[in-house]
Amino acid sequence: MHSHVQAAGTSFEVIVTLLLISMIFLYLLAAISTNRKYKKWPVYRFVFWIVGVFSVGIAMVGPLAEFAHINFKGHMITHLLLGMLAPLLLLLATPMALLLRTLKVSTARKLTRVLKSRLLHFFTNPLTATALNIGGLYILYTTDLYMLMHQSLVLYRLIHLHVFLAGYLFTLSIIYVDVTPRRYSYMYRAVVLILALAGHKILSKYIYANPPKGVPRTDAEAGSMLMYYGGDIIELALIILFCYQWYKSTAPRFTNPLYRT
Amino acid sequence: MGKDQSSYSFRNLASGLLFGMGLVAFIDEAVFHQILGWHHFYDKSTTAVGLFSDGLFHAFSWFATVASLFLLADLKRRNSFWLKRWISGMFLGGGLFQLFDGLVQHKLLELHQIRYNVDILPYDIIWNVTAVIILIIGVLLYMQTQKSKRTAKEGR
Repeated sequence: MHSHVQAAGTSFEVIVTLLLISMIFLYLLAAISTNRKYKKWPVYRFVFWIVGVFSVGIAMVGPLAEFAHINFKGHMITHLLLGMLAPLLLLLATPMALLLRTLKVSTARKLTRVLKSRLLHFFTNPLTATALNIGGLYILYTTDLYMLMHQSLVLYRLIHLHVFLAGYLFTLSIIYVDVTPRRYSYMYRAVVLILALAGHKILSKYIYANPPKGVPRTDAEAGSMLMYYGGDIIELALIILFCYQWYKSTAPRFTNPLYRT
Repeated sequence: MGKDQSSYSFRNLASGLLFGMGLVAFIDEAVFHQILGWHHFYDKSTTAVGLFSDGLFHAFSWFATVASLFLLADLKRRNSFWLKRWISGMFLGGGLFQLFDGLVQHKLLELHQIRYNVDILPYDIIWNVTAVIILIIGVLLYMQTQKSKRTAKEGR
């Protein structure tokens, strides 16, 4: 069932690899070339970007990606990498901020106008992002889609692209580290974040008892726990970052007249 | 008691409440799931409502633990941390959550039991009586802080 998928995938793998390498290369080039004109681009962002691109890479190309084709546990690891870890790392590298300072001022202005548009405001609403992200996963694992995905290469790639993009959209809708012109309140984002995390937990336990079609029970159980506890770790990072931003934004100007400088 | 403490009394209470809830959920996960192995990841009798409640319970407690500590840091940086008030909140939150877990999740929703293949009644009684004791301690501490809040107000 899977052999033809791998054989046909080789040229695709080359394209993905080249794409990912150029993503790293372009990022480095943009950051270093703009360093002369603007504030020095911090080193930790390079690290986030490179590790983030690698997370995408090992999920899409190589032994883990091949294992994910045939095993549900492997699939879950790639799901965690592609849908949760990579989006968080890449977002922390603030690619939009870098793009804006690399572009010509006039082009950057046009891009900012797009970022401020009502359409993007709708998509970056945490509720919309959650629906696309968690809702997509429900459709994937509770319908026949998971089985169909392994029979069509096009579907397989599209779904993985969706998992990544929806994961990225969700992360940026909760954590405002990159350029975010239109914002939602902390309280609103906190509520949606909790609901989204709950949705992720409920789905992972649901999979434990109701394996997707074609997945053996023991694999489904192991994959479900991987999704649950693996998700926990990345969710914790998300919560800490979110609360830290909230904490910073509510800093008192002067706590005590004695501290006034 | 300082003026700052009384003006941030709600925040002290809220931070303690959230921390208490997170703490109980953490003890539940660490002691009963991982160490004793009495609880299981999934119980075959779990209903859809039970699954929903469990997911929300854990997502919320994860968030509450982190948020409560950032609130604590906030109180510290405002010189408004009030230990007794905070601890009263912790007991209240912990007791409420424990009671919710023991009555609603274990009994009403039948999400899972405390332990399997044993006579469950003594376990349930100990669980919920503990919850009520924790709750009472919380209420007593809370009332004490309310009193000192009032006296501080009159004294001003």
